Amino acid sequence: MNRTDKPLLSIRNVCVDYVTEHGNARAVNEVSFDIYPGETVGLAGESGCGKSTLAFAIANLHEAPALISEGEILFEGRDILTMSSAQLRDFRWNETSMVFQSAMNSLNPVLKISEQIIDVILAHKRVSKQEAWSRAEELLATVGIHASRMNSYPHQLSGGMRQRVVIAIALALRPKLIVMDEPTTALDVVVERDIMDELFELKEKFGFAILFISHDLGLMGEIADRIGIMYAGQLVEMGTAAQILEQPKHPYTRGLVGSFPTIHGPRVRLEGIPGNPLNLLQTPAGCYFQARCSDGIDKCLKHKPQLKPLTNSGDRLVACHVAVDMEVPA
Amino acid sequence: MSEALIEESAPVGSHTEKASIYVEDLVIDFATDNALFKRRYMRAVNQVSFVLKAGEALAVVGESGSGKSTCARALCRLYKPTSGKIWLQDVDVNGKHNQLTQRQYAQEVQMIFQDPFGSLNPVHTIRHHLSRPLRIHHPALDEVEIERRTIEIIARVGLSPAEQTADKYPHELSGGQRQRVAIARALAVGAKFILADEPISMLDVSIRLGILNLMEDMKKEGIGFLYITHDIATARYFAERTAVMYVGHMVEWGNSDSVTQNPQHPYTKLLISAIPEPGIRKDRKEMARKADIPLWTPASVGCPFAERCLKATDQCKTTMPGVTQLAEDHFVRCFLFE
Repeated sequence: MNRTDKPLLSIRNVCVDYVTEHGNARAVNEVSFDIYPGETVGLAGESGCGKSTLAFAIANLHEAPALISEGEILFEGRDILTMSSAQLRDFRWNETSMVFQSAMNSLNPVLKISEQIIDVILAHKRVSKQEAWSRAEELLATVGIHASRMNSYPHQLSGGMRQRVVIAIALALRPKLIVMDEPTTALDVVVERDIMDELFELKEKFGFAILFISHDLGLMGEIADRIGIMYAGQLVEMGTAAQILEQPKHPYTRGLVGSFPTIHGPRVRLEGIPGNPLNLLQTPAGCYFQARCSDGIDKCLKHKPQLKPLTNSGDRLVACHVAVDMEVPA
Repeated sequence: MSEALIEESAPVGSHTEKASIYVEDLVIDFATDNALFKRRYMRAVNQVSFVLKAGEALAVVGESGSGKSTCARALCRLYKPTSGKIWLQDVDVNGKHNQLTQRQYAQEVQMIFQDPFGSLNPVHTIRHHLSRPLRIHHPALDEVEIERRTIEIIARVGLSPAEQTADKYPHELSGGQRQRVAIARALAVGAKFILADEPISMLDVSIRLGILNLMEDMKKEGIGFLYITHDIATARYFAERTAVMYVGHMVEWGNSDSVTQNPQHPYTKLLISAIPEPGIRKDRKEMARKADIPLWTPASVGCPFAERCLKATDQCKTTMPGVTQLAEDHFVRCFLFE
């Protein structure tokens, strides 16, 4: 990652609303951050915090009842949200590809995997069928699947192999950014580990950036350069992986980091985070985390904390009155 | 089965011990076709022995298909063992002459499932879910007492305000709250043993610990847990003892700290090396060969991990390793230690 580069993806003040009978639920609330070329950014938070909704917004995939109501998403300076459908078709998969949460089920059960990979290549590139076929074989080889599996149907492959096929399809057109939404959640730990190792070998080889969305902070701490923490649609903290895991500043991040029993180290009773996730249809004035926070002050009830830099370099951000008051930037 | 054999094959106490479930050489086969003759079988659980003690938790850790849920279901009498025995204290629960009815057995042993959205009836209130087991299993109670106990149990699992919660329907509760109701239901029966099959894996990360801590508190009140999980870190957090399963076999078991801090079986080592540790981008050396997880049948021989094990010898492919005791409470099934 080189910080003198221009950001690859720039998310500016993005809001996504879900329109419901009971009012609008703001699933993503004024989120801004950048992803630089070759960087791995992790986005963590519990279910319903808006991390997957944001991933959908990045490819401009939202349809009613979801609505991107504000903000802009700039990919190398071009706003994805104002692109025509022809431009979008060109942008998706060529520049940014996605691996979805249910990736294992995102393959078409009645098509051979060769057809599904070739389909992607032919839709975006002017190549002959033979070329596409040999390209597909190469792709499968890069994710560790033998070419003899080209004519298999998805149900003939194990979960881990299906996941590898999905990753191969995401890599097909050498995108600069891959958005991965809980890519390994449904897999066993050993398989998950193998796939993550392979993914990072590929990243080294091709140099793409990854936006990695997961609730598994442990995994993220190992692979991500920077981590953003989301709560109730807002980005509440951002920093390097080490900063987030070792010196979490926001009380929610602290709770989240403390929610994972570790395999080594002392065995102590952990407390997790009391209370339940916020109902987005009944948001309070002030900080959204107030009901579950143990060190709230009066200010938290009235004023919504903004995401502010804690250091001069500006890459350590937190949205918490208490944390910012304690550490006023010089 | 003779007492001597029990001592040999069961390194963890014996079935005469009070307040325990004792599983001895449990084998469960499933038919893989419907043929009238020469029906084929797969062996989901093979030679599994363990003891579940009151006030303690035993974690069974393994990947999908390792037979851990099958064990729990057999303990619930949902599956009949192909061979092997399950004892509840001194009663052979599948024996021909035991006096235990299913209701009496259910009063002792209850199960909590992975999916709290599917395990509660959507058309009934929480009060119904909890008062019904009280009525069925404690017929002597009058309605006033049933109501009092219902409210008491709701409060005990940390749902407040208890009266309002009793009137709610499952859809009005979050996943974590629903899982608390499922635990409350086992408490209402008065179960002494709870078989928890991945009770937290469908819950949000921030509320998983709350459920584990609630079960920890119940453990202190004398309830024994079989905690089934794929997450060996939570196994160490919650359970005193841990058994690691691979393709239906217990490969390593004992005190949770010994098993997780000093793993010996190649599979346990692989499993632990796969757990992400923040801040450490591990340069992992090859831990195991990549091979498909074998389909175990009654005719299969050898160690189930032999195909993937880097240290496997010819012996491993033909003979099942016996049990070796490594420490006071640490056992392994592997030729490396024989």
